[in-house]
Amino acid sequence: MSDAQAWLALLGLGAFHGINPGMGWLFAVALGLQEQRRAAVLRALLPIALGHALSIAVVLIVIGLLHDALPDAYVRWPVGLGLTAFGLYKLVRCRHPRWVGMRVSSLDLTWWSFLMATAHGAGLMLAPVLLGWRAGGDSAVDHASMHEHMHHAGHHAQQAVDVAGGHAEHAAALGAAASTPLLGLLATALHTLGYLLVMGLVAVVIYEKVGLAILRKAWFNLDVVWAAALVITGVVTLTL
Amino acid sequence: MAARFRPDPTFYPSPTMAMQAPPEQLAYVAMLDPTGKTRPDAMAVVDVDPASQSFARVVGQVDMPHIGDELHHFGWNACSACLCPYAPHPHVERRYLVVPGINSSRIYILDTQPDPRRPQIVRTIEPDEVFKKTGYAGPHTTHCGPEGIYVSALGSPDGGGPGGIFMLDHESFDIRGRWEIDRGPQELHYDFWWHLGYDTLISSEWGTPNMVRNGLVPELLLGGKYGNSLHVWDLRRRKHIERLELGPEYQMVLELRPAHNPTRPWGFASVVVSLKDLSASIWLWFLEGGKWQIKKVIEIPAEPADPALLPPLLKGFGAVPPLVTDINLSLDDRTLYVSCWGTGEFIQYDVSDPHNPKKTGSIHLGGIVRQTAHPDRPDVKLGGGPQMVEVSRDGRRVYFTNSLYAPWDEQFYPGGFDGWMVKLDVPESGQGMSLDPRFFLQFEPGLRGHQVRLQGGDSSSDSYCYP
Repeated sequence: MSDAQAWLALLGLGAFHGINPGMGWLFAVALGLQEQRRAAVLRALLPIALGHALSIAVVLIVIGLLHDALPDAYVRWPVGLGLTAFGLYKLVRCRHPRWVGMRVSSLDLTWWSFLMATAHGAGLMLAPVLLGWRAGGDSAVDHASMHEHMHHAGHHAQQAVDVAGGHAEHAAALGAAASTPLLGLLATALHTLGYLLVMGLVAVVIYEKVGLAILRKAWFNLDVVWAAALVITGVVTLTL
Repeated sequence: MAARFRPDPTFYPSPTMAMQAPPEQLAYVAMLDPTGKTRPDAMAVVDVDPASQSFARVVGQVDMPHIGDELHHFGWNACSACLCPYAPHPHVERRYLVVPGINSSRIYILDTQPDPRRPQIVRTIEPDEVFKKTGYAGPHTTHCGPEGIYVSALGSPDGGGPGGIFMLDHESFDIRGRWEIDRGPQELHYDFWWHLGYDTLISSEWGTPNMVRNGLVPELLLGGKYGNSLHVWDLRRRKHIERLELGPEYQMVLELRPAHNPTRPWGFASVVVSLKDLSASIWLWFLEGGKWQIKKVIEIPAEPADPALLPPLLKGFGAVPPLVTDINLSLDDRTLYVSCWGTGEFIQYDVSDPHNPKKTGSIHLGGIVRQTAHPDRPDVKLGGGPQMVEVSRDGRRVYFTNSLYAPWDEQFYPGGFDGWMVKLDVPESGQGMSLDPRFFLQFEPGLRGHQVRLQGGDSSSDSYCYP
């Protein structure tokens, strides 16, 4: 997976998590309605995003550390199988985390969001992107070193162009430059950016313009979509 | 339990939106055999669609498999609280009725699908399981809430206290155990409800099973031993916060009707009787300056009466107490209905300013002395009085039945009475009301009606997380 693909995937998954009413925006809207001011909506967004990011970061750093310490298959197989099994379980049994409480501090919101993201396997869903990005980076390195090898074989006419191309590839290939845990952190940041933007946008638009009546019509059962997404990412991880 | 793709259409984010709901077509009514010995209690299905051929008639009925349960209150497995933002699960169905027997401590789960006119018992939780897993007995009021189904209970299996709340899983209906973590000084229990926007639960006090199941005990009443307090709880931490005592002369604090709008921290509680003058009263609890407070906002006096017309319990007083036994608040938090089961009066108040209710309507039906007849059958003197009241979501229709609790029915109406159910129409303004002359339902002899639940939800079935 190239950098661009990874960025796109991370932002896209961020948007997918951000649009889910159970992952944050609805809570922000509810707090705004309870206090009857928009500031309460906005104030809730960062703590919620932080909790989400923490949950994702923990998962991706652990996977990153394992990846750098163990042979590739030792990580991919358990993660892939785990994701698939978790997704299948969620398809059959859609339990939701328990929480009671509308009077929440910022810390409460962060903790709540951490619990929600963790219980939904939000971080796990990003695992194949991380592993794919890493693998893409590795192949970019292979590709670059092959270029170098060709230089040594004596294609002098092409040297300037090749060097330029090689450098460009190196600069772009974050997947190659960073250790996998660091790449995990980067992935978390990108994902959370997409998540926060979409969550914030939806929260403000619903609070200001649309109103909550839309919940009755447009609150599709994302549990099923979500569980399916987990299964698909599991299978993707296995076949990387 | 099958999950839906979109939220159940009977869930509404706010009470204001719920008021736009289509009118109900069916009502479920808990029916009891007042002898507790002759036949099983039942759940009746009543047609409340005015356009229907069978309007105001029982169109379905399911008998319980046991005798002597005394069905009392009941509620839905799921409601608008499923839309709450912190643990949303909006794709469950409002489908099952949770029906406790207050005497037997047995709990029935009725499935209202596929044919809502023919509910079926799909699960029975036996008394032993209730006793073992909760330490409570005498289950009555149920509310679907953020964490599952909450059920109140009058006391312990030996008939003493404390009474409290236990929880059922809203998917499996398994008992999850006691709700309270720290009950503080709370001992007596009756009703409970909450302010979801304030993470606050309010509970009220009646008496333990031993104090109520053989009838009202005059010595306990005159000694002021029945409940006289409200309790404020931290809903999130399941912890008692404080006791709000009304005063020793106020006996039996029963129904609790908090404002439906979650931003409004106030509600009404009804008191059955004052030892001072047999009056009944309605109290307002409210949060002001960070403190929960209470004050009496309505007092309904006793009516002088010829002792010859009174039951033995009341002869010495020469008066009929109003005995306010149920109240109900419309979804817009503007209209309060009050049942005076003793005098047979049903009163409507405008509570737009909850601190200053204004009486806007009154009708008489039944009553210990008056025995007022229904316009549909002016020849039939009615026993019992306005009791369990339910208000439609749009606030335009009100239903009530006439039985309180079998052993107490016997004390206040020793001549016995037949069970009936009536409907009132309310104009759009919410002020004033009139009996629907077409709706006078007499239940089959030997059965009395208690709580009414309307298909799709009503004014005491749902809680809302959004204003």
